[in-house]
Amino acid sequence: MIRVVLPFHLRTLARVDGEVVLGVGDARVTQTAILDALEARYPMLCGTIRDHATRRRRPLVRFYACSKDVTHDDPDALLPEAVADGQSPFLIVGAIAGG
Amino acid sequence: MTAIRVLVGTRKGAFILSSDGKRNKWSVAGPHFAGWELYHLKGSPANPDCIYASQTSGWFGQIIQRSNDGGETWEQPGSMDDAPAAPADPADGPPMPQGESNRFVYDTSPETGKPLTTHQWYDGTQHPWEFARVWHLEPSLTDPDTVYAGVEDAALFRTTDGGKTWHELPGLRGHESGPAWMPGAGGMCLHTILLDPKDPDRIFIAISAAGSFRTDDGGRTWKPINQGLHSMYVPDPTAEVGHCVHRIAMHPSKPDTLFMQKHWDVMRSDDAGASWHEISGDLPTDFGFPIDVNANEPETIYVVPIKSDSEHYPPEGKLRVYRSRTGGNEWEPLTNGLPQKDCYVNVLRDAMAVDALDPCGVYFGTTGGQVYVSPDGGDRWSAIVRDLPSVLSVEVQTLS
Repeated sequence: MIRVVLPFHLRTLARVDGEVVLGVGDARVTQTAILDALEARYPMLCGTIRDHATRRRRPLVRFYACSKDVTHDDPDALLPEAVADGQSPFLIVGAIAGG
Repeated sequence: MTAIRVLVGTRKGAFILSSDGKRNKWSVAGPHFAGWELYHLKGSPANPDCIYASQTSGWFGQIIQRSNDGGETWEQPGSMDDAPAAPADPADGPPMPQGESNRFVYDTSPETGKPLTTHQWYDGTQHPWEFARVWHLEPSLTDPDTVYAGVEDAALFRTTDGGKTWHELPGLRGHESGPAWMPGAGGMCLHTILLDPKDPDRIFIAISAAGSFRTDDGGRTWKPINQGLHSMYVPDPTAEVGHCVHRIAMHPSKPDTLFMQKHWDVMRSDDAGASWHEISGDLPTDFGFPIDVNANEPETIYVVPIKSDSEHYPPEGKLRVYRSRTGGNEWEPLTNGLPQKDCYVNVLRDAMAVDALDPCGVYFGTTGGQVYVSPDGGDRWSAIVRDLPSVLSVEVQTLS
């Protein structure tokens, strides 16, 4: 199972506390697979991480895995094994904006 | 027993202010959706406990919320109650339907017959329509599940299933003038939706900075209604489109009479927008954002003059609502209870509303976080709250 950490506002929308645990079935563990599974389980998050129309990541959303920023990696590239086996969470983060 | 519910949208959440019909003691509930921008909340005239809210974020996009109990609890339509959560592992079963309540996708169907692709950008080039947020929600006068949404980039959407799904009325954006529309400083937003209580097929809308439009066939086709507007900031000051209309108001008993606060100028139409004439009269400045009509006196209107398009605060630091009891031209300042020195707040276009009591209550919220009420049509004012986040919208429900 895959562990996903959501930012505060998305945890509130999804009405969850702490991490979310997901499976992607037989799919390869990629950003796309995780987000598909996340939106399937929590449809209220549809459109909040990826644009509804374009399916592209929203500009101020970031993805981290194993202490690495994977935001700009190919969304269909395999994520680290530690994410796939649940040792390390996949982090969805709202970009820092000051002021 | 009569009660008043004021729905306040702010930069950091929604607040609900409640009072009895005397309107002198208030309770404050909120913030709902803390930390999010709440551009607008509005209750259904057909079922006042049914309230819709536009919740937006620069990070996470658009969310539509609905309450069925007067704002006590909220849900994203179709996301919580219609289907059980999918299993943690998709291999264990089918996923639930995708949430559609926050899906605002422009119509590109061939049936429209129009290339609904681009509008004018700040630099004069053509730019693709891109959805940003819902500025205004206007529930049907008769059906709690039907709601119109005015969005940025300017378009009109409608739901007929209580907010679960939204579909564009593409005839508006497909009007031949569409490629000439351009954004104002706040974005190209459709911010005003007026439903004609006497003709269910007639709707008025306004866009910054395209102007006003009217449909007489339920939203299938639209025509610009800007004749008489004069905007010195566009190359052709009397152009058919391109005017920065800030707000339109109507009294339900006289739907052919419209009042407009434009970027500059306060205007009036007595022929359902076919022609307009200026009624700024003796206002100290005719720049401003909101305009509203007294619930009991169709010729009594309210505006909040702002110093200029470059200085969005009251002239002389004095917060004054101006009232005309003559349908315009002759205005009186209303100051009793409002700050008359060192006040530099703004009142945004959707941040003024009236209740349906007699005498009429008038309400407005400021960018400084104050929400003011006058329970006597504007003669006396007091602050219901003073320290909310910057107020984006104010709507009032009169409950019995």
